[in-house]
Amino acid sequence: MPIMTFAEALRNALYIEMKKDPKVILLGEDIGVLGNVFGVTKGFLDEFGCKRVRSTPISEAAITGAAIGAAMLGMHPVAEIMYVDFTTMAMDQIINQAAKMRYMSAGKVKVPMVLRTQGGAGSGEAAQHCQSLESLFIHVPGLKVVMPSNPYDAKGLLLSAIRDENPVIFIEHKLLYPIKGEVPEEEYTIPLGKAEIKKEGNDLTIVATSYMLQKVLNTLPVLDNEGIYPEVIDPRTLSPLDTETIFQSIQKTHHLLVVQESSAPASFAAELLAVVSENLFDYLDAPPRRLCGLSVPIPYNKKLEDASIPNEKDIINIIKDIL
Amino acid sequence: MEEVDIKVLFDIYKKMNLIRKFEQKAIQLYWEGINRGALHTYIGEEAVAVGVCSALRKGDYISSTHRGHGHCLAMNGDPNLMLAELLGKENGYCRGRGGSMHIADLDLGILGANGIVGGGIPMAVGAAMALDYQEKSNVVACFFGDGATSTGAFHEALNLASIWNLPILFICENNFYAISTCVTNAIAIQDLANRAKAYGMTSQIVDGNDAIQVYQETKKARDIAISGNGPVFLECKTYRTEGHWVADPQIYRDRKEVEEWRKKCPIEALKNKILQKDVSKKKLLESIEKEVEQIILQAEKFAKESPEPNPKDVQKFVLV
Repeated sequence: MPIMTFAEALRNALYIEMKKDPKVILLGEDIGVLGNVFGVTKGFLDEFGCKRVRSTPISEAAITGAAIGAAMLGMHPVAEIMYVDFTTMAMDQIINQAAKMRYMSAGKVKVPMVLRTQGGAGSGEAAQHCQSLESLFIHVPGLKVVMPSNPYDAKGLLLSAIRDENPVIFIEHKLLYPIKGEVPEEEYTIPLGKAEIKKEGNDLTIVATSYMLQKVLNTLPVLDNEGIYPEVIDPRTLSPLDTETIFQSIQKTHHLLVVQESSAPASFAAELLAVVSENLFDYLDAPPRRLCGLSVPIPYNKKLEDASIPNEKDIINIIKDIL
Repeated sequence: MEEVDIKVLFDIYKKMNLIRKFEQKAIQLYWEGINRGALHTYIGEEAVAVGVCSALRKGDYISSTHRGHGHCLAMNGDPNLMLAELLGKENGYCRGRGGSMHIADLDLGILGANGIVGGGIPMAVGAAMALDYQEKSNVVACFFGDGATSTGAFHEALNLASIWNLPILFICENNFYAISTCVTNAIAIQDLANRAKAYGMTSQIVDGNDAIQVYQETKKARDIAISGNGPVFLECKTYRTEGHWVADPQIYRDRKEVEEWRKKCPIEALKNKILQKDVSKKKLLESIEKEVEQIILQAEKFAKESPEPNPKDVQKFVLV
C-alpha cells in the first residue's frame, strides 16, 4: 500500500473528488500558485483552472460566505481558512449563517460545504496561530466537526465531509502534515460520526483527539511494560459524537481519560465528561478525568509552549493516577 | 429612456400595494398581540424591491435583509405562507422556525432574508460565483441597507465580486437610518455609491422612491452584469416612513422629516404617473387595490387558521 503524508492524503482526497464531481470547487487564501501553505492544493490551479480553484484575498468572512452561497446553489465548495485562529474573522458566516440555514428554512435550504482549517500548537507561531478552537464549533448546532489524527483517516474523512450535505468544519493539526502512513490510492470513505478503537484494552478508556491521539499511541510501549492496557479511542468526528463506541468501552474498562490539546473550560473534554457522568455514573470505578492544554494563550518560547500542552509524560502520569 | 410596458407598470403597482397592505396587516396583528419578535416593515421603500425584482429574469436570485418582506413579495413570494410564518405557524415558509427575518424560497430565487446586517452579502457573492461557474446568463440582486455598508463583510464581498467580475447587482437601500443612527453621523461620505468606486465597480445613484427609474436602472445594470462586465452597484435613496421596528419610538428624527417623505410616497407617485399618461386607467388601478385587499384578507385567514408546529419536532432540520 502506498505511503503518504497526512498532507498528501488530504491532497489525494481533494484530487479524487475534484476529478469526479464538477460541483466541487475550492477557495481560500494562497491555494492557487502556492498550492496552500502546506502544499495540499499544489498543482490544482493548473489542472482545474481558476474558476474551480479560487485563490482569494485575505477575506475570511467573504471566503466562508461565498462558499455558503455557492453551496446553496448546489455546489460542493471546500473553503480553506489558513489557520483556525482566523476563523474568528468568519464567525458570523459560520455560526449565524452556515450552521442555521437548514434549520431556519425548515430543511428547504442545504449548505453542503467543507471548511478546511489548520490548528494546534508546536510550531512556535504563538498565541494567534496555534490555538485549538474546535470546542467553539461543537457548541453550535448545525455544524459537523471533524478532526483526523492520521493520513488514512484524513483521506477517508475528507471524502465523506465533501459528500456530506451539511456544513463540516474539518480541522487539521499542523504537526500532522508530515506524518506518514499507509493510504490506498483508490477512493474510500470513513463515515462521519463514527469513532475508531485504535487499540483494544481493559484497564481504562482513553479518548484522544487529533495530534494528542498520536501522543497517546506513543505511550503504549511504556504502559505495556508496566502491565497497563488501555483502550484507545479516536472519536474522529467530535460532532456528532459516537457516544455508543465510547460508552461500550467504558462499560468494559470502568475508567475514562480524555486527552485534548485545547484548554479544559467548556470544551470537548468537558462535554464528554459530563455526558459520561450523566449516563454511566454507576459503571465508573474512579472519577472520569481529562488531560488538557493549560488555559493560557499559546506562548512563543519553546519551553513555555511545551509546558502549555500535554505530553507523553503527562499522559502516563495521569493514567497511573487514575488506576 | 425607454418606455416601460403598461402591463409591467400595472404589475409593479400591484406588488407595491401588496407590500404596503401586507406590512399594514402585520403591524395590526402585532398590536393585537398575535405575532411576536421583531417586525421590520418595508413601508415607504416599496419602489426599490419591486423596481429591482421586476427587472430580473427567471433563474435570477436575490438575497435579502432583516427588512425582507418587500423583497420576498416582489419575487412572487406567497403572502399566505409569509403571514403564516410571521405568526409562527407550521404552514409558514419556514414552518415557524425562521420567522420574519429568515424567509427563503430557492424555487422563487429567494436565497433568504437575514437577521445579521451585512451577513447576506458574502453569500450573495457565492451564489453569483456559482452562476458564473455554471455559465448561466443569470444574476444575483443583493439587497442591503446603508448600515450594512459599514460592515467588514460588505467590503470583503464587494472586493471579491469585483476581482472575479461576478454577475451580481449590489442594491443599496439607503433609507438614511440604521435604527437611530443617521447616515450623516455614521458614514464619512454623502453618496454610498462612491463606496463601490473603491472596488472599481460601476455605480449609479437612483431615486429609490421612483419605481420606474429603479426598474430601468436595474435592467441596464443587469445587462452589464451578465455580459461579464462585473458587478454593478445601485444606491437607491429612499426612506422608511415607519420605525425601524414596529414599536420604535422614533425619538431620533423630526416628524416633519417623516411627513416630507410621506408626501413622496412611491405608490402614490407611480399612480400619478400612470394616470398622467392615461386617466382612463383609474378604475383599473382601483380594481388592483381591491384585489390586493382580498389577497391580504385571505392571507390573514390562512395564517390564523394554520396549525402551530409540534414541540416534539423542535430538533428537526438541524442536520440533513
